[in-house]
Amino acid sequence: MSEQTRPLLEMRGVSKSFPGVKALDRVDLQVYPGEVLALVGENGAGKSTLMKILSGVHRMDEGEIYLEGKAVSLPDPLSSQKAGISIIYQELNTLNNLSIAENIFIGREPIAKNGLVDRQRQHREARALLDEVKLPLDTQTLTGKLSTAQKQMVEVAKALSFNAKLIIMDEPTSSLTNAETRTLFDIVRRLKARGVAIVFITHRMVEIFQIADRVAVLRDGQMAATMHARDTMETDIISAMVGREIGDLYVKEEAPLGEVALEVQGLSTKNRLHDVSFYVRSGEILGFAGLVGAGRSEVMRAVFGIDPRQSGTILVRGKKAAIRKTGDALRYGIGFVPEDRKEQALILDMTVKKNMSLAALDRVSRGWFIDRLRESRLAEKFVSLLRVRTPSLEQRVKNLSGGNQQKVVIAKWMANEPLILILDEPTRGIDVGAKKEIHKLMSDLARQGVAIVLVSSELPEVIGMSDRIVVMHEGRVKGSFDRRGVTQEEIMQMAVS
Amino acid sequence: MNPQDKKTNLSLWYRNSSAASTLTILLILLLMSTALAIAAPAFLKASNLLSTARNFSAIAVAGIGVSVVILTGNIDISIGSIYGLAGVSVAMLMKSGWSLVPAVAAGMAVGGLCGLANGLLVVYLRLPSYIATLGMMQIVRGVCYILTQGYPVSGMADSFKWIGQGELMGVPLPIYFMVLFALVFAVFRNRTKTGRRIFALGGNEEATRISGVNTKALKILCFVLAGVCAAFAGVINASKVGVAQPTAGNGFEMDAIASVIIGGSSMGGGVGTVTGTLIGAAIMGVLRNALVLLSVESYWQTLVMGVVIISAVTIDQLRKARR
Repeated sequence: MSEQTRPLLEMRGVSKSFPGVKALDRVDLQVYPGEVLALVGENGAGKSTLMKILSGVHRMDEGEIYLEGKAVSLPDPLSSQKAGISIIYQELNTLNNLSIAENIFIGREPIAKNGLVDRQRQHREARALLDEVKLPLDTQTLTGKLSTAQKQMVEVAKALSFNAKLIIMDEPTSSLTNAETRTLFDIVRRLKARGVAIVFITHRMVEIFQIADRVAVLRDGQMAATMHARDTMETDIISAMVGREIGDLYVKEEAPLGEVALEVQGLSTKNRLHDVSFYVRSGEILGFAGLVGAGRSEVMRAVFGIDPRQSGTILVRGKKAAIRKTGDALRYGIGFVPEDRKEQALILDMTVKKNMSLAALDRVSRGWFIDRLRESRLAEKFVSLLRVRTPSLEQRVKNLSGGNQQKVVIAKWMANEPLILILDEPTRGIDVGAKKEIHKLMSDLARQGVAIVLVSSELPEVIGMSDRIVVMHEGRVKGSFDRRGVTQEEIMQMAVS
Repeated sequence: MNPQDKKTNLSLWYRNSSAASTLTILLILLLMSTALAIAAPAFLKASNLLSTARNFSAIAVAGIGVSVVILTGNIDISIGSIYGLAGVSVAMLMKSGWSLVPAVAAGMAVGGLCGLANGLLVVYLRLPSYIATLGMMQIVRGVCYILTQGYPVSGMADSFKWIGQGELMGVPLPIYFMVLFALVFAVFRNRTKTGRRIFALGGNEEATRISGVNTKALKILCFVLAGVCAAFAGVINASKVGVAQPTAGNGFEMDAIASVIIGGSSMGGGVGTVTGTLIGAAIMGVLRNALVLLSVESYWQTLVMGVVIISAVTIDQLRKARR
């Protein structure tokens, strides 16, 4: 493939903002017919936003998109499909209660003269498509009975039925076995030979070198680098991914380390985690780095008694802790700020006060009855301590900004005076000011002797805040670092392979 | 604060506050009553008002109970059958020589057990509450028929009639029971730890669980409470009639649930007040009374009730959607 070929897709200066975040910042990207372009970047670098603009789910704020040299606007998924762009999401969109043929032709079933669906024609056309993707299955098979890899093939067949010129695959190999991945790569090569362009989103370096012609690296919403795979080293890609400056992030202050507060030994769960062990001392912040899907949140959920464990021991202050449900974890002095504050942490329709006291009701009650004065005092204390910007304690939390909502979640657990505090992505999606405040708060808590576990996908945050860093990859602990002297590149290197 | 802000705050309050919701339906009740008083002055006679209140008190008691289940985002449609079974059980026990108080306590325990079964089905078999309680509705009704062989139970000691027919200071006893249940549940829901956790569970179950709350036990408790309340409502009714019918409470669940919904509770959970449910039950009671006073053919009554349920909820929706 030569650079003289006219690009199939060209994006120029594409920008997109969401409240508080610039998700894409003047991104330029070319994709040529018959090439495989690997799109890589850290979590939150803008890959999914870019993809959603191409699929017509989001509209760009600025910029131009050209398909085969012609300017196009992609206001909705249908026009994107018509323009020849197909997307295969990581979470597959197959309708499991329908057959393969019905899935492929949903919404555009061939109609016979009598006004009913022409099943024979549908079957014939589906057959041809399945042959093309080498899926030797009956077209009447229920999609729900297929494996993930087979469902992916159905989606590819569907993309072909649209005469897709550009197929975007979002981490298609993440749930495939090695053999299935090889089959997928065979199909990708065949598509490529037919002149279809493939954008392949992946975290796996090995795959990039196996399948990609070029690599495009996104970082903080900007196109950090594009390079030819054949004259690129893995380290080049990694340094392009992590080039973010640590800059003026808050750095944890020194705190005296005490005894081991929490120790986890050989934790495994069904299908997800394998033999995970770690410990954290009081006064210490233990960072967990890794890519999305590495299993970090799953570890925390299992430790806190949310998800069942298959094996493994949890020790709190050296003693075996029987944590089978969340209430047990609470009694052992563990607090947990989950990764999704709206879904997992807040009762959005409840007031600031009631959210803050929810995990500490025993502390503000006399017997069975809530002492409303004590409850208000508790909430007032944390509103001023954490500087939560809210018009009153009676404000519903859904009306607060993301940063203030997160402070309410943290207050909820501080109210319970935990010995161990687990924070899963505590600063995701909040503004810089609130982020700094939360970092300072974590540092203060550590100084007061709280043992903190910090899960974060932002390497500068992990490096700045942690005393030690554990790196996870595909459900296992890959290794650990002392914070001193470790670079983002070293951590990323461990996290991707 | 400039006047503009003040206005916005007021309209915000009007849209969001549950007190505003209660006020709206109270207004509907008052409007209905006024219209009825004009059309049929007999409505305002003390004896008519008291008997109307007595007639909706069973609905209110069962409604208060099932509102706790609705608060968690679930539903219990077996309460009509529980209402029937409780009446039958208490009547049979008294006929076999039990005295009033232990018999009523046993009847409420039967209701509690039915609720426990509902809760276990929903929590451990993960059945949708609508399905679990649909099944229980049939099972419990079946038990009523089996126990009675289909015949009404009568011939109890006179004390049986006390709960439904007795009076204190000229006011029928069921009204006292209704007020008592309302007070106890209002305090339970708003002032106790358990009550607060039920609201939280209805607002966001996962977040509540992650806050260290045993959400399974909590949900089961809610079904038990609904069962106990429905049972007591069934006892009030059987005592009022003086006979325990195995068919008693057929369709009663819909009246109780309607009073909760008219009262401003959200079927999605997390929102609702006891006062609202009381007013909801009152609206249903006044409406029944109106149809009787205005001599509307009884076949039309059912139809009108349906229209009122839809209108009351629509008005509440409009209030919330107002910009």
